[in-house]
Amino acid sequence: MGRAKLPRKSTNIDMTAMCDVAFLLLSFFILATKQKPPEAVTVMPPTSVSSKAAPEKSIIITLTKEGKCFLILGDETKKKDILKDINTTKGLGLSDQEISKFAKLTFIGMPLGQVKSALALEQMPPADKLLGIPIQDSTNNEMVDWIRSITNVYAGGDQKVLEEMILIKGDNLAKYPAFKNIKYALKKNNLFKFRIVTNSETVPTGSELYIKNKELLDKK
Amino acid sequence: MAEMDTSSGGGHKKGPGVKKSKKMSTRVDLTPMVDLGFLLITFFVFTTTMSKPTAMNMNEPKDDPDQQLKVKQSGAMTILLGSDDQVYYYMGELTADNASQQFKSTNFKDIRSVILDKKKATPIGDLMYIIKSDKDATFKNAIDILDEMAINDVPPGHYAEVDMSPTEEQLIKLTEQANGLK
Repeated sequence: MGRAKLPRKSTNIDMTAMCDVAFLLLSFFILATKQKPPEAVTVMPPTSVSSKAAPEKSIIITLTKEGKCFLILGDETKKKDILKDINTTKGLGLSDQEISKFAKLTFIGMPLGQVKSALALEQMPPADKLLGIPIQDSTNNEMVDWIRSITNVYAGGDQKVLEEMILIKGDNLAKYPAFKNIKYALKKNNLFKFRIVTNSETVPTGSELYIKNKELLDKK
Repeated sequence: MAEMDTSSGGGHKKGPGVKKSKKMSTRVDLTPMVDLGFLLITFFVFTTTMSKPTAMNMNEPKDDPDQQLKVKQSGAMTILLGSDDQVYYYMGELTADNASQQFKSTNFKDIRSVILDKKKATPIGDLMYIIKSDKDATFKNAIDILDEMAINDVPPGHYAEVDMSPTEEQLIKLTEQANGLK
């Protein structure tokens, strides 16, 4: 009996289909990925059991672990007004052109006295070279001035809207007094409600909140 | 695997002026393209952070000296945040004589049960947690303790952040020295 002759098959596979799938997935991931909101510096926020999502267009006060403070004015429409307001109230002496240039910056991280000289520079130094907004104590707390300008611009509008917009994003290792000084700046401007950016964390099993959440779910 | 067209393209057939080009295959080797595609996918999958930041609400009281909240001593528990993630606490009011007995030290892991015990032992109307942070406490500590309140389902208005008194600072310092911290 002769050996059954196996027909020699080609090892070539049609790659077209696979290629299609790969690029389909790729385009899906690119489109589905939301652009990260601008960040002055990367900080590691603490975790909390809060499940509310952080609002998108917001005023973010970033506190780094070195205690430096940066401000991001998220709402582009109001940004220029805020800068104009602080220019007049604090007498920074910026021209319209300089204000426009100032508005183009994604974050503010220098003492008020250095704004004019910083704007004259060709390129902004990176965030870690900046001094940050001084918040040392109640006498030298420029955050108070910034928040005042923000409240001035948002005055007349709904106070609740502004309250919802203010976010404090602090690093895990930031010291408490720096956080206290930011709170002081907000309280000085009659802002008693604000939010803190955290990473979500699951509610520990068996804790009071866990039991309460479960009861709520069961009721539904 | 896909093959490469290695035959010399456009071979000439010798003939009297007849140029007959060889029919070339229109198939392109797609392997590198697939490789690239999957490489990019992997890159995007890994760099995308799935976790969305959440926001925690904070309500600060007005600093009004006329509206000082009176707290019942029986329902008050003061939590102090020290350096190196240390937590100290005492019940009621700190008295000069037996401060050292009242003043207890713990950590973030165990404070939950202490808070819960206090909550269960006290009528809700009298319950008050007073949180005080030392200058060496971190932002994480301050948020963690507020989170602890949320985990133990302490209703808002039953905990407050207050500045630390010099006596308490002194006590923390002494305890830290005794515990060999710093």
